[in-house]
Amino acid sequence: MKQQVLTFILNGEEVAVLVTPTETLLDVLRERLQITGPKRGCDDGECGACTVLLDGEPVRSCLTLALTVEGRTVTTVEGLMVKGELDRLQKAFYERGAFQCGFCTPGMLMVAKSLLAKNPNPSRDEIRSYMAGNLCRCGSYEEIIEAIQAVAAGEY
Amino acid sequence: MTQYVGQAMPRYGGIGQVTGTTKYVDDIVLPGMLYAKCLRSPVHKGIVRKLDLSAAEAVPGVVGTLTAADIPGQNLYGFSGDQPVLNNEHLRYKGEPIAAVVAVDEDTCMEALEKVKLEIEEQEPVFDMLEAIKPGAPIVRPGTTHNLLEFFPGVTTRILKLGDVEQGFAEADYVFEDRFVHNVQDHAPIEPHVSVAYWDAADQLVIHTVSQMPYFHLRYLQPIFNLPLSRIRYVGGVIGGAFGAKNDIHADHIAGLAALKFRKPVKYRWTKREDLSYSTKRGAWVFEYKTGIKKDGRITARHIKQWHDTGAYGALSVYAVEKCGMFAAGAYHIPNILVESQIIFTNKPIASSMRGFGVINGQTCVEVHMNKIAEAIGMDPWELRFINAWRDGDQGVTRYTVQGAGGLEAMKKLAELTGVQLPDHLMAMSSRRR
Ligand code: FES
Ligand code: FES
Repeated sequence: MKQQVLTFILNGEEVAVLVTPTETLLDVLRERLQITGPKRGCDDGECGACTVLLDGEPVRSCLTLALTVEGRTVTTVEGLMVKGELDRLQKAFYERGAFQCGFCTPGMLMVAKSLLAKNPNPSRDEIRSYMAGNLCRCGSYEEIIEAIQAVAAGEY
Repeated sequence: MTQYVGQAMPRYGGIGQVTGTTKYVDDIVLPGMLYAKCLRSPVHKGIVRKLDLSAAEAVPGVVGTLTAADIPGQNLYGFSGDQPVLNNEHLRYKGEPIAAVVAVDEDTCMEALEKVKLEIEEQEPVFDMLEAIKPGAPIVRPGTTHNLLEFFPGVTTRILKLGDVEQGFAEADYVFEDRFVHNVQDHAPIEPHVSVAYWDAADQLVIHTVSQMPYFHLRYLQPIFNLPLSRIRYVGGVIGGAFGAKNDIHADHIAGLAALKFRKPVKYRWTKREDLSYSTKRGAWVFEYKTGIKKDGRITARHIKQWHDTGAYGALSVYAVEKCGMFAAGAYHIPNILVESQIIFTNKPIASSMRGFGVINGQTCVEVHMNKIAEAIGMDPWELRFINAWRDGDQGVTRYTVQGAGGLEAMKKLAELTGVQLPDHLMAMSSRRR
């Protein structure tokens, strides 16, 4: 299949990469750019493990055709740290053990990031409904909710 | 050490998980890495009459194929030792791997798989385990005459026994019977099965695995590759959820064989669809419980029959069924116990381990059974459990002696946490004495 150049801002830096029209953003991030934070769980829009921020909005990168992000801004879990400092959400997830296997964590963090940007003080129900598309098979939901609440409460 | 008890400690290695730097197996990308995909059985049961891979091999980007003939060692593996790695004879379940295609990427693999010429003589499958043990049922394993797993040569019913249940039932004032049916469950970890294998500079086959029990799996893999153990480097430890699914090899054998044959790094990964459809499961189960009890609530006998559907191959079902049988009577003092277990082959995906290894299948039955008995004899279910709960020194069905029993104390705590007021005579009971 014919390849095209895709240019976009990835975690604050411009990247240019050759892609085919059928490749998803997840394919390009993981297989071409070795940005492996976003995980391939279902590859089908069900689990949320592949979630990244596209111009600040959470999207399932497995359902996003790569060429549609031309010129846009993509943030993955790798882009959450600022100047070597963990993001407050990363700190809270880490210290509060908001995961077991950790496979859902990169997706959870990105959705949580977008939630707090829109609603700095979400209620428990608001967190639950905003995060509803992200599955944690290990069942760390309670700790995830508590970590987000702790960040909202200024504990981190 | 005790200063850590009750404290929340930051998770070992957890910085990797929150920064996305932990390397899960699918995160490993090696230069020149090839991909593998399996040709799977399209039928539940049948005989392969023709397998022609030449058109698949001719697809640009395909490096080659793997069949049973490419296996340097034995084409059998698993806890029960009965699973072919690649099966080109008698297919036993839909999705069973027949051959594999190795190519520069997965799209090319898929394209090549469509070009395989496969002819199968389809046969009548059997899916219901209780049908499968009736006379005249389709036979799942070629060359056998029945569908029951043999625990030992000629032994198709595993019997665990303490005391004499007939005598126990004769002593009872009431006898209650229940039947329970459990369906198949998938573990559904978010990370699908995946493996990366390569031949390294030290002449070793290196395999990055998601195995939950690498030492068992190394023992299954070694005879397939026919390499000395010192030449297999099995690298594990990072798993994106497993729940028992990764107690069986799903990808390492194929990735390893491809790396051996083509001397290139190979990644073999399952899609979520393949995983849900064809990976190992918690198998279906049928239980019959029969309990004899005195008017005062003391249990005199319990007879349990369990039938377990292991699907197409044995895998870890023996382990699960024996473990289930050992505890199926519940954490109760019962002088007479009989547990009879059968494992049945069907043309379903392979049943193996899943969380609790069969123990919880028995436990859910026994506790529902206890509630129904309590209701039938008009006794509070707490009281029925307190009267019969294990005390130190009681015996289980396999004659283990119970030590450090804690059921009573756990129930008291549970009552406290859920706001249940238990009467004084129950609160006075202790696991230390009867
Ligand atoms: S991998 Fe994208 S939603 Fe599951
Ligand atoms: S931590 Fe394992 S899936 Fe969420």
